[in-house]
Amino acid sequence: MLDGAGDAMWSFPLHPPADSSLATRVDILFYAWLGIAGVVTLVIFVLIVYFCVKYRHGSSADRRMESGPQLRRDSHRIEIAWIATPLLIFVVMFAWAADLYYVHAAPPANATEVYIVGKQWMWKLEHPGGQREIDELHVPAGRPVKLVMTSQDVIHSFFMPVFRIKQDVLPGRYTMLWFTATKPGDYHVFCSQYCGTDHARMIGHVVVMAPAAYARWLSSGNASQSMAQEGAARFRQYGCSGCHGENASVHAPRLEGIFGGRVQLSDGSSVVVDERYIHDSVMLPRKQVVAGYQPIMPSFQGQIAEDDLLDIIEYIKSLRDASPGEIR
Amino acid sequence: MSTLALPSRDNYLDNGFSLWSWLSSIDHKRIAILYAISITLFFFIGGAAATLMRLELITPTGDLVSAETYNKLFTMHGVIMVWFFLIPSIPSTFGNFLVPLMIGARDLAFPRLNLASWYLYVAGGLFTVGALIAGGVDTGWTFYTPFSTMFSNTHVIADAAGVFVVGFSSILTGLNFIVTIHKMRAPGMTWFRLPLFVWSMYATAIIFVLATPVLAMTLFLLAIERFAGVGVFDPALGGDPLLFQHLFWFYSHPAVYVMILPAMGVASEIITCFARRNVFAYRSMAFAVLAIAIIGFLVWGHHMFVSGQSIYAGMVFSILTFLVAIPSAIKVFNWTATLYKGSIRFDAPMLYLLGFVALFTIGGMTGLILASLALDVHLHDTYFVIAHFHYIMVGGAVMAFLGAVHFWWPKITGRLYSDRWARFAAIVVFVGFNLTFFPQFILGYLGMPRRYHEYPAQFQVLNVLSSAGASVLAIGYLLPLFYLYWSLRYGPRAGPNPWGAKGLEWQTSSPPPVDNFATIPIVTEAPYQYAPVESGHG
Repeated sequence: MLDGAGDAMWSFPLHPPADSSLATRVDILFYAWLGIAGVVTLVIFVLIVYFCVKYRHGSSADRRMESGPQLRRDSHRIEIAWIATPLLIFVVMFAWAADLYYVHAAPPANATEVYIVGKQWMWKLEHPGGQREIDELHVPAGRPVKLVMTSQDVIHSFFMPVFRIKQDVLPGRYTMLWFTATKPGDYHVFCSQYCGTDHARMIGHVVVMAPAAYARWLSSGNASQSMAQEGAARFRQYGCSGCHGENASVHAPRLEGIFGGRVQLSDGSSVVVDERYIHDSVMLPRKQVVAGYQPIMPSFQGQIAEDDLLDIIEYIKSLRDASPGEIR
Repeated sequence: MSTLALPSRDNYLDNGFSLWSWLSSIDHKRIAILYAISITLFFFIGGAAATLMRLELITPTGDLVSAETYNKLFTMHGVIMVWFFLIPSIPSTFGNFLVPLMIGARDLAFPRLNLASWYLYVAGGLFTVGALIAGGVDTGWTFYTPFSTMFSNTHVIADAAGVFVVGFSSILTGLNFIVTIHKMRAPGMTWFRLPLFVWSMYATAIIFVLATPVLAMTLFLLAIERFAGVGVFDPALGGDPLLFQHLFWFYSHPAVYVMILPAMGVASEIITCFARRNVFAYRSMAFAVLAIAIIGFLVWGHHMFVSGQSIYAGMVFSILTFLVAIPSAIKVFNWTATLYKGSIRFDAPMLYLLGFVALFTIGGMTGLILASLALDVHLHDTYFVIAHFHYIMVGGAVMAFLGAVHFWWPKITGRLYSDRWARFAAIVVFVGFNLTFFPQFILGYLGMPRRYHEYPAQFQVLNVLSSAGASVLAIGYLLPLFYLYWSLRYGPRAGPNPWGAKGLEWQTSSPPPVDNFATIPIVTEAPYQYAPVESGHG
């Protein structure tokens, strides 16, 4: 039931499929708005048509008006009414929509993570277990899934109409999107931020699977090792361990146990060690130097691909509970 | 003015017939005609690009043009329609022509600056057309970084230079309007006796002067990053791509109000004239345009709800966007109330205007849906947005522009046109417009992203409907070329005031004399004092 692909063009829906609790809530808000806007528009249109017919030039309609203070009082009342009414509607609808947006901004702690790198014109995805996919995202139904996304080149946007969500995917930064799918299915993923020649072909699928089928998919996958193991190999390959490892002769910060905590910087401020911080430390090492260290690290800009860097980040994450000396 | 020679009584069209007499004229009315011809040319170039896009989108596969060509087409359509048609459209033609006439002045405050801004417009246009002929640009009219600075292999700098230059044309026009409206009103023309069209030009001029420099800086930064590799926006060079979006929309959202405020001014003039009624709540109409101009500067972040901007910033921009909709709503309600107990005629300008009110209302309502955070997350960058802003900019601004063309044509040319053909064209445009853009709302909610050269088959039927509508719309836009040309050649003389309208521009001859008025009028009453009609047969 891939939505659309292969179907005859005449089986087009007027309402998109919905496969998350958020999608249903977004739809309710949308149709509520449509209802309110429709009624207001209809009232305006009916009044315009009614006035146009009744007061057309040459009609015998009564055009006598109140005059003086009475007219002014009436006009003011009318004006206040049609400032107050929209204001009231707007405040309610703003609050409703903002609440839905806010509640959905933070992913649950137990969400399954998937890493996504957008590049002209494909999506490269990697699961923590090391399973890699291109333009396809396999997820379990009924469990929250968190996407951590970045771009290798220009801005893209990961758009899943079935869940009614999208998020721009930026170079040099990690953005996040999460959802809980409700039932198995196969749906479109579109790139919705114009990204160059083949923007319209940067289309993928999200495949929602029953948990058992998902578990089978995970184990039958192409993963030889997990992302963290992959990252450990990359850590050595790019020479990171030469300075950050135990036997390093260079004075470089140790990376064991730092993820999720704060570090003190040489300018006196402090920063939370998250994906962004590690990313910037590799690509723009002089931006935020840890207190007590010289800014001697070279930039890996242009040398390390974003997906390899994600593996390294996952490796440093896996050292969250490690003690110094674990990196060799 | 007393130092000038005696005002010429010749009409401005007969004041020299050589090409040079036009290209060197500092008469605001002639400069308005220069603008009218240039923007009409650009309108049809931008329209041709849209026609090719709609033809391509009839089938789900990219078969008519290549992906590169399609991307260049929508960039060209956007750049030309926004900067070379919509932004200058009403201000540079009707604003130029009418502001001095409406306030009882002999010209704008700086006539030479006025001519200079037309030449800047032409220079910007040449850059842009040059970039087109050299192979085009594929960034989209929004020039998002780092695509535009580091990844596009097309003529970005030439195109941006065109936009940069045409911006100065806007700034100079804005400056000219502000000074003129402050300093050159006729005796008795107090601020609250100004026609609402002049108020809308004043609000537009403020936006021109305050917002356009930001666009110039932004494009300059873009150019130095692309040309010299100075890291401003590209994170690989240490820049921030969202900075570009903030700067760009800080200009470009107010620019949307530059497109719609003049249309609102036109609406107030035409509705009062054809309903034979004073506008309902004049003062709140005047304050509403100022409020839109001011609050319009504070809503740019609603283009960035899914960009990675902070969610709290998103909330602030959302509520401000709702607030800016209130003055717009007031205007729609007041136009409706103006019809009450009027004596309404349905000549062509009024039909265009009623179409404007209807389409602007739909555009405004769908704008509120987009301002709602959780809904924008789904709808952003889909065809829903395309449909929404075309309802505002084409359904609103272009309908009002056409209404203005038909309303002031007798004043500008001294000739009448075929009202029957003009009403027919108004209906064709209205029907074609809705057929083109209404299906795009549904496409958007279904999830079809914008700027797609190919699309999944499920979207085809709605796209075919939209393309069919576009062909009707194209006919509607071509029709006026024929009957207005006929009017220029054979149209009967109009006389000074064919509509029986109020307003100083109708008190002078058609076409107006070179110096606008034989004697500067003295204003003794508020605008729109149409004689009350007690009952029918009035």
